[in-house]
Amino acid sequence: MIDSGDTAFIIICTAMVMLMTPGVGLFYGGMVRNKSVISMIALAIVAFAVVSIQWVLFGYSLAFGTDVGGFIGGLDYVGLNGVGLDGDGIPDMLFMVFQLVFAGLTLAILTSGFAERVKLSAFIVFGVLWTTLVYDPLAHWAWGGGWASQLGALDFAGGTVVHISSGFGALAAALIIGKRLGFGQETMKPANIPLTLLGGALLWFGWFGFNAGSELAADGIAANAFVVTNIAAAAGALAWMGASWYHGKPSSLGMISGAIAGLVAITPAAGFVDVKSAIVIGIIAGLLCYGALLFRVKRGLDESLDAWAIHGVGGFWGALATGIFCMAAIGGVDGLIYGNPGQLAIQFLDAVVAMGYAFIVTYIIALVVDKTIGLRVDEDEEYVGTDIAQFGESLL
Amino acid sequence: MKKVEAIIRPERLDKVSAALLEGGYNAMTVTEVKGRGAQKGIALQFRGKEIVVDMIPKVKIEIVIGDGSVDDIVGIIRANARTGRNGDGKIFVYDIEKCLGVRSD
Repeated sequence: MIDSGDTAFIIICTAMVMLMTPGVGLFYGGMVRNKSVISMIALAIVAFAVVSIQWVLFGYSLAFGTDVGGFIGGLDYVGLNGVGLDGDGIPDMLFMVFQLVFAGLTLAILTSGFAERVKLSAFIVFGVLWTTLVYDPLAHWAWGGGWASQLGALDFAGGTVVHISSGFGALAAALIIGKRLGFGQETMKPANIPLTLLGGALLWFGWFGFNAGSELAADGIAANAFVVTNIAAAAGALAWMGASWYHGKPSSLGMISGAIAGLVAITPAAGFVDVKSAIVIGIIAGLLCYGALLFRVKRGLDESLDAWAIHGVGGFWGALATGIFCMAAIGGVDGLIYGNPGQLAIQFLDAVVAMGYAFIVTYIIALVVDKTIGLRVDEDEEYVGTDIAQFGESLL
Repeated sequence: MKKVEAIIRPERLDKVSAALLEGGYNAMTVTEVKGRGAQKGIALQFRGKEIVVDMIPKVKIEIVIGDGSVDDIVGIIRANARTGRNGDGKIFVYDIEKCLGVRSD
C-alpha cells in the first residue's frame, strides 16, 4: 500500500539530498586554489552522474538485492528488474532513487583526497570501482540485510555507510596519489571562502532531507531526526568556532566545518537520540574533528579538504555516540547511559570493521588505478591547474 | 636611486617577502600579473593534441631603493624565488629620477 504523505515527503527529501552533492562541490571548491575551483566543483557533479548510472545498472542490486552471506546483495534487481511503482508505504522506485542520491554524495565527499591533482578519466574509473566494491557492500551491511543489521548495529542515516567510508577512503586515496606540489612549503590560499560557506549552508539544508528522510515515512521519528540534526549542527559550529577562537580568530571556515562535523556525527543517531544528547554529540564532534584536522596538518598529510578529519573521525564518533545516547523511548533501543553497554560494543565493532574495510579496499583500488592508467596529472598540468589542464576552462 | 622590478612565481611570494623583511627591506609594491616568456607559456600534451597555456599567472614586485642596496636585494630575490625550472621569472633594474612621499616632505 502506497501512503501518499510518506511518498510526497520522500520525493522532496530525495531532491534535498541531491542538492548536497553540488553543496560538497562548492564547499570544497572554495577551499582550493583559484586554479582548481572549477575542477573541484565539477568532480562532485561527475561523481553524482557516474554513480547515478552505476546505481540503476547494478549498484542498487548489490546493496539491496537478496542477501548473499551477509556481505553483499544478489543480482535480482540488476537494471532495476523488479523494482516497481508499488511498495510498502513508498514506491520501490522511490526507495531506489532515495538510496541513489546517498551513493552519489558519498563519492563526492571522497574527492577531498584527490583535490587539485587527479586525472578526470582515472577518477571516473576509480569512482565506478569504489562505489561497487566499497559503498555497495557497506550499504548492504547496514540497510540491505547484511551482517551489521543482523547484529543489531544502528546506523540511522549513514554515519558508517556514507561518512566513515568516504572519510577513511579519502585518507587512503590521498596516501596513494601523494601530496600536492609545494604542499607544506607554499601557502595554499583558499580561492573563495563565501563559496565554501554557501556549500556548507546547502549541506546543512540538504541534511534535513538526508536524516529526516531516512525514516522513510512522514512521522514523529522523522521530526525528531530533523530537530536533532539542526541542534547537533549548531552545537558543532559553535564548538569548532570557539576552539579556533581560543587559538586566535574564530574563522568562518572553522564555524562551517564544525557545523558539518556535528551533522556527520548526528547522522547515525538521528532516529535514536533526544535533543539534549544532540547538543553533547555536536559539541564533541566539533572539538574532536578540529583536533583531527590539527593532527593531520601536523603529520604533513595532504588529505587536502579534510574529509578524513570531518567525515571519517566525525562518523566514527557518531557511531559510538549512537551506542552511548540512544534511548528506547525514541528508537526502541537503549544505549550505554540507559544501562545497555552491549549496544556500544556492537557500534564499536561495526565502525571498526567499516573503517578497516573502507581504508584497505580503497587503498587497493587507488593503487591498481594508479599503476594501470595513472591517477595523477603530470607536473606541468598540476602547476597550471586542473581547471585548464583537465577541463579546458579557467576561473580568471 | 633605483627601482628593482621582479616578476616571480606567485607561490614564491611569501618566501621572498619574508626574506626581504628579514634583510631590512620593508617597503614594496606587489601586483598580480600574467604573461609569457621565452618558452611561450606551458605546452600540455593532451590525449595526442597539444594545448598551450600561454598567459601564466605571476607576481610583480617593485622596490625603490638606494643604489648601494640593489645587489643585495637582487640576491635575496634570486635566492628565494628560484626553482631551477623554466618560468622562474625576470628582474629589471631602473634608474629613478625622484622619489616623493605623499604625506611627508
